Amino acid sequence: MAKVTVDGIEVEVPNGSSVLQACEAAGIEIPRFCYHERLSVAGNCRMCMVEIEKAPPKPHASCAFPVNDGMVVHTDTPMVRAARRAAMEFLLINHPLDCPICDQGGECDLQDQAVAYGKDGSRYAENKRAVKDKNIGPLVQTVMTRCIHCTRCIRFITEVAGVPDLGATARGENMEVGTYVQKALGSELSGNLIDLCPVGALTSKPYAFTARPWELRKTDSVDVLDAVGCNIRVDTRGPEVLRILPRLNEDVNEEWLGDKSRFSIDGLKRRRVDTPWVKRDGTLQKATWPAAFAAIAAKLKGVAGARIGAIAGDLCDAESMLALKDLMASLGSQNLDCRQDGAKLDAARRDFYVFNSSIAGIEEADAILIVGSDPRHEAPVLNARIRKRFVAGNIPVGVIGPTGDLTYKTQHLGDTPSVLAALIAGSLPFAEVLKAAKKPMIILGQGALVGIDGAAVLAACWQLAATVGALSAEWHGFNVLHTAAARVGALDLGFLPGPGGKDLAGMLGGGVDVLWLLGADEFDTSKIGANTFVVYQGHHGDAGAARADVILPGAAYTEKNGTYVNTEGRVQRGQLAVYPPGEAREDWKILRAFSEVAGHPLPYDDLAALRARLEQVNPVFARVGFLPRFACTDQTAPVGNPTLASTTPFPLAVANYYKTDQISRASPTMTICTETYVTPKLAAAE
Amino acid sequence: MGFLDRTARAMLLGELLSGMALTLSYLFKPKVTINYPYERGPIGPRFKGEHALRRYPNGEERCIACKLCEAVCPAQAITIEAEPREDGSRRTTRYDIDMTKCIYCGLCEEACPVDAIVEGPNFEFATETREELFYNKNKLLANGDRWEAEIAMRLELDAPYR
Repeated sequence: MAKVTVDGIEVEVPNGSSVLQACEAAGIEIPRFCYHERLSVAGNCRMCMVEIEKAPPKPHASCAFPVNDGMVVHTDTPMVRAARRAAMEFLLINHPLDCPICDQGGECDLQDQAVAYGKDGSRYAENKRAVKDKNIGPLVQTVMTRCIHCTRCIRFITEVAGVPDLGATARGENMEVGTYVQKALGSELSGNLIDLCPVGALTSKPYAFTARPWELRKTDSVDVLDAVGCNIRVDTRGPEVLRILPRLNEDVNEEWLGDKSRFSIDGLKRRRVDTPWVKRDGTLQKATWPAAFAAIAAKLKGVAGARIGAIAGDLCDAESMLALKDLMASLGSQNLDCRQDGAKLDAARRDFYVFNSSIAGIEEADAILIVGSDPRHEAPVLNARIRKRFVAGNIPVGVIGPTGDLTYKTQHLGDTPSVLAALIAGSLPFAEVLKAAKKPMIILGQGALVGIDGAAVLAACWQLAATVGALSAEWHGFNVLHTAAARVGALDLGFLPGPGGKDLAGMLGGGVDVLWLLGADEFDTSKIGANTFVVYQGHHGDAGAARADVILPGAAYTEKNGTYVNTEGRVQRGQLAVYPPGEAREDWKILRAFSEVAGHPLPYDDLAALRARLEQVNPVFARVGFLPRFACTDQTAPVGNPTLASTTPFPLAVANYYKTDQISRASPTMTICTETYVTPKLAAAE
Repeated sequence: MGFLDRTARAMLLGELLSGMALTLSYLFKPKVTINYPYERGPIGPRFKGEHALRRYPNGEERCIACKLCEAVCPAQAITIEAEPREDGSRRTTRYDIDMTKCIYCGLCEEACPVDAIVEGPNFEFATETREELFYNKNKLLANGDRWEAEIAMRLELDAPYR
């Protein structure tokens, strides 16, 4: 530790910190453009100048100057102010005065810092530089004349996203940031460039010219379009969600957010069901809530509990799933399932189905084996964390299954489950790597679990984890990476077939007479029996609604107060940002209202009572936000014979990153992304 | 003595006569009232009357949807929505002023970086219904076209003092 005095305030910072970090520790804000906590230090904006005693008598760039014990720093002397003013004047020489038409206006670092260090006029009478705009894909808009050459975008895309698409050509005044040859940025994290750019050079294309930051109402929420549970901020104006930004959470998403989660919000306005529909004379017709409820109640009359079933979708909140489970219990049904993809998950113990090492724990791992998963497309933010670990220490990463470029160096061990058997037997060199590692991680994706031998793969992975010492009292290296935001919550609630109940496959093909779909669209709805009466409760007119006999309009994730459990098992709460459209209501309220009509009223009338019931069903729901680290206390393996591993290659759990759920399928922006990124790749593969 | 003096003045109606004399003097001075609908008084170049959205001489609308007027408006009378126009430029799709909310402070005009929204010299825009005072973009642009000559002159006269 080094003792540093900043403007008379004494602070202790770790050796190797920069002066800027010491100033932050002392609570003094240093203006900066190029410096960013999560990127390497560039030191090219020269805005963070400070004066340091006993160093050469000149201003020093604090972001690139390491601290020394006993250092005395001054951040507000005439020399410092003059240096910062000069840096600002140079930056503004070529920066256009187009703030009124710039989308960054109102949240621009250059604007803010010019208030403190800018002049009120310009001494520069010569011609300003003009740079041609680049087309870097459908998500990021460029106005390169505004660029101040901080290179944050280049450093982010190279270091964090791991896709070195951006770079600078020429130097000095002629320097231009671009993609060398025109192409769309090939990263699933490209939206973060918009947040990182301190000026308006990189802005959001779908959000262009839509609103000013001061018009927006901000609501803290949780993303549900993948299972990482990124913390987000929903910006709304009136009844419209205008944009989604990441919110800082060091344990989950740091400050990043995937492109799907950020840009698929235009899907929230399209293909919505905003009124109940009832099928009469073979066609769906608009109806009122009482009429829709009466139609379901009439159908349910006389149907035995065993002939009623319910399937929960991938975006559901825990509250509505619990209400549906309680409703089904009151109707006498045990036929519940949340595994639309048919993944053979074992809910007997919680550490069989969560990401036990935790996302922050990835940074401690020293060897990683990825089985049947493509984390780059299933959970891009989590993949960035693996890359962060890889960049920090060049750890060995083994992959079983068909994955493309994961943005870090991987060792491809094979595509089939039999490779797992070889690893357990120790006949592959990578088995030694895992054994030698102190904290090995095994990441099991949904692609590995959906096959007929899914249970065997799960058991084999557990056995492998036990063999290589990943299950110890200090470290739990068995991790399941989910793709659906609702899945862990549903498993925690036990939204699974009860004793004697039917699973998804059992309910299809006429296995039940009445089927309640709670936002479930991801399975083949054509397999539902022809005489099965289908109730679809959800927010989008997707596959499930097309097959439904009654449609009950529900709320999307921005429109309800919901509890979600991410792949780590972290319980997080999203808040209502806008109200559901038209007649649509929050899902648990629909179920509560219907239970009255069905004659079995559910025992909760408000959200607080429902959440109390959640905690009663599973105490983990009481632990909101915080997730303690669990070691492996019980090495008992999940059920399943680990030796059954077959030779069929693992399928991909996510074929198209940009379209995985009702919301992103309805989004025009995601359609454009698919055309830009996925279609050419598929065409090239053929 | 004071008592006698006061009584004499009161009895001789001195105050009344001096008042009458003042009235009489105004009879010979030019009158200050005007025959309003047919005659108008002069208005200053900074007069804040009815709003107008101006255009450039080539017919292009000036407003670039920066929303500074909306932000500065103390009565929150202005509502703007914007999106990229076909040529990629930043333009409003909606520019509404609720004239019943407006307090005619002129801050919108002060805030405008391109002199698009201005308060013109017209103050005679009374309407029969309330709804007619909810101005939309077409109405404001039409105002601009109608008053452009006056507005341009007014801005030119005021320019040296800005």
